[in-house]
Amino acid sequence: MNWKRASIASLFAVPVILLFAYGMTQDPKDIPSPLPGREAPTFSLSVFAPGQPPLQRNVGDTIRLADMKGDVVVLNFWASWCLACRDEHTTLSEVARNYAGKPVHFYGVLYNDEPANGTNWIAEMGGQSYPSLNDPKARTAIDYGLYGVPETFFLDRNGRVAYKHTGPVPASVLARVIDSLMAVPATGAADASPAGPAGPAAAPKAGG
Amino acid sequence: MTRRLWVVLALMAAPVLARSQGAAVPAPLPDPRQAGVISPEQIQKEGKSADERAALNLKTAGDTALEAMTTAVASELRCPVCQGLSLQASPSELAQQMRGLVKDQLAAGKTPDEVKAYFVSKYGEWILLSPKPRGFNLLVYVLPLVLVGSGITFIWVMVRKWSRPELTDADRTPSGPA
Repeated sequence: MNWKRASIASLFAVPVILLFAYGMTQDPKDIPSPLPGREAPTFSLSVFAPGQPPLQRNVGDTIRLADMKGDVVVLNFWASWCLACRDEHTTLSEVARNYAGKPVHFYGVLYNDEPANGTNWIAEMGGQSYPSLNDPKARTAIDYGLYGVPETFFLDRNGRVAYKHTGPVPASVLARVIDSLMAVPATGAADASPAGPAGPAAAPKAGG
Repeated sequence: MTRRLWVVLALMAAPVLARSQGAAVPAPLPDPRQAGVISPEQIQKEGKSADERAALNLKTAGDTALEAMTTAVASELRCPVCQGLSLQASPSELAQQMRGLVKDQLAAGKTPDEVKAYFVSKYGEWILLSPKPRGFNLLVYVLPLVLVGSGITFIWVMVRKWSRPELTDADRTPSGPA
C-alpha cells in the first residue's frame, strides 16, 4: 500500500466526512431561537376565547404584555389544524389552573387560523382554562420567531424571554420552568443582559 | 456538398435575419392614457384632473419601486416552513405574511438592511439565504473553492503523469562512455 497517497487522501476525506457527520446530528427543522435572554417582543392582542374561571377574561379584552410586568408569562402558540396541539392541550389547561392566584399568566395565541375555528376546537377539546388571543397576520408570531406550532414561550418577571419550547410541552417542563422563574424576583426595569447558564434561560429542553 | 453547406448556412442565418427585420419595424408607442403616463401638454390642457393624475402616476411609480424592493429583500430571506425556499418563492401562508411585513416595514421607511436585521433578530442568521461570511460560516464560502482547487490540482498531476512517455528498460539503463 502506498502510505503517502493514503495519508493525503485521508487529509481531504476525513474533514469532509466529519462535516457530514456533524450535519447528520442536526435537525434541519429546528431553528435555534436568538430570543432567550432578550427582552420579550411586546404585544397587544384581543381575547377571542375567554377561558374559564378563575383565569377567565372577556372576549374582546385587549391583553398587553406591558400590563404583566413583574409576573411570569406563558405564551402558547397553537392552531385548530395542529395535531400536536391536541397532545398538550389538557396538560396546559391543568397546569394553568394549578397556578391560578400566583404571579403567572397563561395565554394561548392563535396562529394562522380563524377565531371561529379556534373556538370550535376548544369546545371540541372540552374547554380551555386560560384565555386565547387572536393574532391577525401572525405579526406577534413573527415577532417571536415562530416557525411552527405548538411553540411555548416562557417570559420571566423582568419581561425577558427565558425559554422557548418547541413541540408539545410536558407538565414536568412547565412546572420546572415556571417554578424557577417565579423564584427569581423582578428587578424592576427589564435588564437587557442575557441570563447566565445557571439562570432560567438555561432551563432544560425536554420532551421533544 | 456545397449545396448542403449553403442550406445549413441559410438555416443558421434565418433567425438573425428575422430578428433584424423585426427590429426595423418600430414598436408602436404606448398610449399615455393606457400606460398611466401623461405628457406635460396634457397636464396643461386638463388642469386639475391632470394634477390628480400626475399624483396618481407618482404613487404608481412609488408602488412599483416598493414592490421591487420588497421582492429583492424577500428573495434574500429564507422561508421558515420550507426547504431551501425564499419568502419570495414560497407560497406558504407564513412566508406570504412575512413578505407582507417586509413590505410594510419598507413602506414605513426602514432600509432593506434594517428589515433584514429585524428578521435576523427574530430567527437568527439562519433566516438569511446567504449567511454572512464570518466565523464558522466562512466554511460555506471557502470549502467549495478548496475542494475545486484540490480537484483541479489532482487532475493536473494525474494527466501529467499519464501523458509522460513510459520508460523502457533501455531508457533506464545508464548509457555513456562508462
